[in-house]
Amino acid sequence: MSGRRVTGAKRSLRRGKAATAPASTEARRTPAASAYPEVSFEDRMATVDFRVAPDAHIVVDGDACNGCTTKECVVACPANLFVPVADGGILFNYEQCFECGTCYLACNTAGAISWSYPEGGHGVVFRRS
Amino acid sequence: MPDFDVIVVGAGPAGSSAALVLARAGRKVCLVERGPFPGSKNMYGGVVYGRILDTLIPEWWKDAPIQRWVTRRATMLMTGTQALTVDFRTDAWAGPPYNGATAYRPDFDSWLAGRAVDAGATLVCDTVAKGLLREGDRPDGAIVGVRTDRPDGDLTAPLVIACDGVNSFLAKEAGLYGEVDPANYTVGVKETVALPREAIEQRFNVRDRDGVDFEILGCTQGIPGGGFLYTNLDTVAVGVVLKVPSLAAQSLRPEEIIARMKAHSAIAPLIEGGEVKEYSAHLIPEAGYDMIPELAGDGMLVAGDAAALCLAAGIWLEGVNFAIGSGIAAGEAATEALTRGDVSAAGLSGYRARLDANFVMKDHKKLRRAAHVIMGERNQLHYPQIACNIVEDMFRVENPDPKPGLRRIVQREVKRSGLRMRDLMRDARDGMRSFG
Repeated sequence: MSGRRVTGAKRSLRRGKAATAPASTEARRTPAASAYPEVSFEDRMATVDFRVAPDAHIVVDGDACNGCTTKECVVACPANLFVPVADGGILFNYEQCFECGTCYLACNTAGAISWSYPEGGHGVVFRRS
Repeated sequence: MPDFDVIVVGAGPAGSSAALVLARAGRKVCLVERGPFPGSKNMYGGVVYGRILDTLIPEWWKDAPIQRWVTRRATMLMTGTQALTVDFRTDAWAGPPYNGATAYRPDFDSWLAGRAVDAGATLVCDTVAKGLLREGDRPDGAIVGVRTDRPDGDLTAPLVIACDGVNSFLAKEAGLYGEVDPANYTVGVKETVALPREAIEQRFNVRDRDGVDFEILGCTQGIPGGGFLYTNLDTVAVGVVLKVPSLAAQSLRPEEIIARMKAHSAIAPLIEGGEVKEYSAHLIPEAGYDMIPELAGDGMLVAGDAAALCLAAGIWLEGVNFAIGSGIAAGEAATEALTRGDVSAAGLSGYRARLDANFVMKDHKKLRRAAHVIMGERNQLHYPQIACNIVEDMFRVENPDPKPGLRRIVQREVKRSGLRMRDLMRDARDGMRSFG
């Protein structure tokens, strides 16, 4: 298998293909205060095996995202792959995707998120016991 | 000459069941799986109901990779600070032929695909079916196979069975779905939490291979959905199911919603000290009967989640059995159609007829309103609160005041909720009808 395993600490973010604004990212959203000692999001994602495909299976239209004020993908994606940036655009990561499809269903901006499956044998691999 | 008689896309429970039936009937069948092994992309909210396997694989329980047999089934109504639980246990489900079982999907799906391979099916993993092959490459040409992302590409067959899961790009490409409504979908998000086996058995009050399934209403911070918790041998799966547009329209992220449920005093002691071993997420076709697509086209059948056959009807949460049931029916109808040499939609109508005649469509029809009822605001928010308050009022002793009496408590709580009696009566009636 040509894929490699990534951990939460190594995730990379990329821009929508048409975005041009400077790459200042907002701080990652901090989880709500909880009495339960929670693992960090990075540690949470590090529990999952990913065989990362060379090509992104998510394509984001930066122009469409720049015009979007609601950005449903940011809160809904269970893997937290979509990060809003100060200029109004979106940075995203495809490497730690659960391939669930929530992002394109939640998105209210037609054509902003194009989504397919990663190349065969790649992507998320839930573990056998 | 086509490569195969049938190409089944997706080696989940629907696809493997279809492939198993076809292979046993002597058909040349290819089972295409996009993951490195069957089940590697699959996750669920917990329980496999195996009765549908009895005829397909006699005494399957001796062989299937089961974690625990569910003998205790609890339904919990939760508020921020209260929980009211109906907790059922039966010894009848602790032995053959069993009722429900917990299992890891990568284990279970690999096992079932293995039975199809034993029967003669060809399993091809690491391969995405990118689209449908059509005769003469014309958009209106007959389906003659699938395009894959392999260098040597195409697989040909006169019949394709799409068991490619909830997102089913193949069924959509074939035009079997109308407009996709996001409100028909929920996303399930789950943590698999590791705990010593002895700790699980003590905390959940079970022994040996006995297990527990909790379904929880009122734990999703006002987002229509529910929570679940169930026991494996040495892990506990805990998670929530959230209606996609409602999740997207507020500001709490899924993992925060799980964290709040885990922090609840009714849940926290059960999983305290456990370490998250795997985090996962998957979409669920939640709307049942009303979202089921056309099930057959010329040269094509759709089964399992790809056909939205998952049953999410409040207190009944089933999917793997519906996938297997529809896969078996697809395999049988395909065999019939191939024998007659007619794989047109009309030639494949035996599929729908089979589903209509058994639990797959009968349960979906009977419970077609259940998902809508459960997802309604009053059921999500008000009723857990009213029920918990009534019980709290009943058992709170406020001497020297005398007990208020049940009727007064109920009247007071209904009044406090601000709900109208008319709505309560209507919900009671709808509830009876929906689950009847």
